[in-house]
Amino acid sequence: MTLEHYLIAAGILFCTGLFGMIVRRNILVIFMCLELILASATLTLVAFSRFRLTSGLPDIDAQMLVFFVITVAAAEVAVGLAIIVSLYRSTQSVHMEDLHTLKG
Amino acid sequence: MVQLPWLLLLLPLATAALIHFALGGSGRLAAWTGTASAFGMLGLSVSLLVGATAEASPFVWLETGMFHPDLEQAITLSLKTDRLALSMMLVVTIVGALVHLFSLTYMAEDKARPRYYAGLSLFLFSMTGIVLAGNLFMMFIFWELVGLSSYLLIGHWFTKKSAAEASKKAFLTNRIGDFGFLVGILLIWGAFGTVDFNALERRVDLGNLPLTGGLLTAGILCLFAGAVGKSAQFPLHVWLPDAMEGPTPVSALIHAATMVAAGVYMLVRISFLIALDPTAAMTIAWIGGGTALLAALLATQQDDIKRVLAYSTLSQLGYMVMAVGLLASQAAYFHLFTHAFFKALLFLGAGAVIYCCHHEQNIWKMGGLAKRMPLTFATFAIGTACLIAVPYVTSGFYSKEAILDSAYAASRPLFWIAAFVALLTAFYMTRLVVVAFLGKARSQYARDAVEAPTPMAFALTCLTLLSIVGGFRFFAEAILPRGFYPTFDSPHHNFVMAVSIICLLAGVVASFLLYRGREKDPLHITPLRRGLYIDDLYTGLIRLFQDGAAAVAAAFDRHILNGFFLGGTAALTQAVGSVFRRMQPGSLHFYLVLAALGIMLLIWATSTV
Repeated sequence: MTLEHYLIAAGILFCTGLFGMIVRRNILVIFMCLELILASATLTLVAFSRFRLTSGLPDIDAQMLVFFVITVAAAEVAVGLAIIVSLYRSTQSVHMEDLHTLKG
Repeated sequence: MVQLPWLLLLLPLATAALIHFALGGSGRLAAWTGTASAFGMLGLSVSLLVGATAEASPFVWLETGMFHPDLEQAITLSLKTDRLALSMMLVVTIVGALVHLFSLTYMAEDKARPRYYAGLSLFLFSMTGIVLAGNLFMMFIFWELVGLSSYLLIGHWFTKKSAAEASKKAFLTNRIGDFGFLVGILLIWGAFGTVDFNALERRVDLGNLPLTGGLLTAGILCLFAGAVGKSAQFPLHVWLPDAMEGPTPVSALIHAATMVAAGVYMLVRISFLIALDPTAAMTIAWIGGGTALLAALLATQQDDIKRVLAYSTLSQLGYMVMAVGLLASQAAYFHLFTHAFFKALLFLGAGAVIYCCHHEQNIWKMGGLAKRMPLTFATFAIGTACLIAVPYVTSGFYSKEAILDSAYAASRPLFWIAAFVALLTAFYMTRLVVVAFLGKARSQYARDAVEAPTPMAFALTCLTLLSIVGGFRFFAEAILPRGFYPTFDSPHHNFVMAVSIICLLAGVVASFLLYRGREKDPLHITPLRRGLYIDDLYTGLIRLFQDGAAAVAAAFDRHILNGFFLGGTAALTQAVGSVFRRMQPGSLHFYLVLAALGIMLLIWATSTV
């Protein structure tokens, strides 16, 4: 397992997430795809951390950063879900086509 | 030490402020305060005239900075308390005090008495300012203030449309004249470097004038324009008859005795300038003579008692202006002096009649008032006798004689015009007296009329006495400046007097024969009734030029400003916006695709480096 394997895996994860966001209509699914993208970014961080050796030891800074990312992501999920719930309450829909108030 | 002239000037202002700010709720208190203040002014001006110290230190009102080293650098309020000013002050305060007294009953039932009396006090303040002004700037300031107070008082019954329109018309017409006046003052200031009357007169005495030829004529005529507006000379005479919409005591004070005479007073003040330029003087004389003739013609066909008197005032003012133009400003001022008393008397007499006939002003609905209002009739008849210049016993005779004398000496055509005006005056005043006071009563109001109440009768009696003695040598010489009382020693005096007496008799007899016992006017000359269509002409001109200019401005506004600039800008913004709004379709997927493409572009761009 080299760094490339991890990066390719993260790339696949990212593209899956992006593809899902573009093609899916349910906002909840889009939200889940967003989480996939975030996970791919996290994975990249960990991979780089693991393969960047300083005097034989991996660089631990990025892995610490990942913990922050996960924590913030958890909070972000809470906020995002809350927005979706209130959106559903006001529009009775979770479909993207129905959300076009900001159409120019 | 209080300086009496300043006190005289500021007393009415203080009264106006007091009434306006403190006594607004009480008509009775306002009335008595105003009247007391007017009598206080009368006392002050009498004491100044009989020799109280009239010193008044000037007060620098405004520093103008230096435009030019030769020009005065300040607008100063300085009082000139010579004999001319003090005698005029006496006229203003006597008529002012009696008009206040008259108003006590005339306006007793008015709802807005505090406003009325505050207006009268404000007027007395402004008029005092004009009379005592020591320079042209100060005179101009108060000139505008009398315009304002005249506006306020004409429009006293402003809920009546005609009164509101009349006050507006008076103000606007005066503004035209005032504009000329201001231009004239600036011309004089620019050329002489001063507008102080004393300094100007010294400068003129020195000779070698800084202003000559056409420019001097223009300067004098511009100053004269102020008098044309204020003294209602042709072509700006149209406001005065309409100003009769104001309360009658106001007409007596402002539009007969004092304010309209301010123009003549100003001309007498600057007569040393007028004497410098024969062209300007002749123009002034002809405008005066023309106004006298025009107004006298129009007066013969008026049915409203106040309008007859208004046109008569115009005509007499025309006399005075003519005399000023013929360089007989002494005669003009003497006529101003006598005219103030008898014209105020006539107006207050008309006021008494109107009051007792329940505000009926049409003389054809009066008639037979002589029996029911004997005192009013007697005083009115004496006022009429003064106006038509009954020889020897009336003041009007002496002053009119002085004007006719000087006209005969200076210009024959103007003399004959003046003589014809005297005939017309006798004609229309006799018509007024015969129709309103003699014959049978022609309406219920006239049948029910009773004698005027005591304060009115008192004011009328005082003015009657003054109207008679005003022209006598012992009285007039004690008040007028030295040399202003005419000497009547010219060789043609007997001829002039014969002409004037013939005119008087012809006018009175013709009118008496024509109007005695008539039920309605036997003459009906439409052009004269409609003021020779001058008002219609002005309305037409206004419609043509003002409305035309308004139409052009409106079209410019609508099509160029609104259509092109505003509409164009809006359309441009909209067009640009409609391009950019395509980028906001409101679809999240579209944004995501764009974002993905952007990321790819970014990666591609950075990886090739």
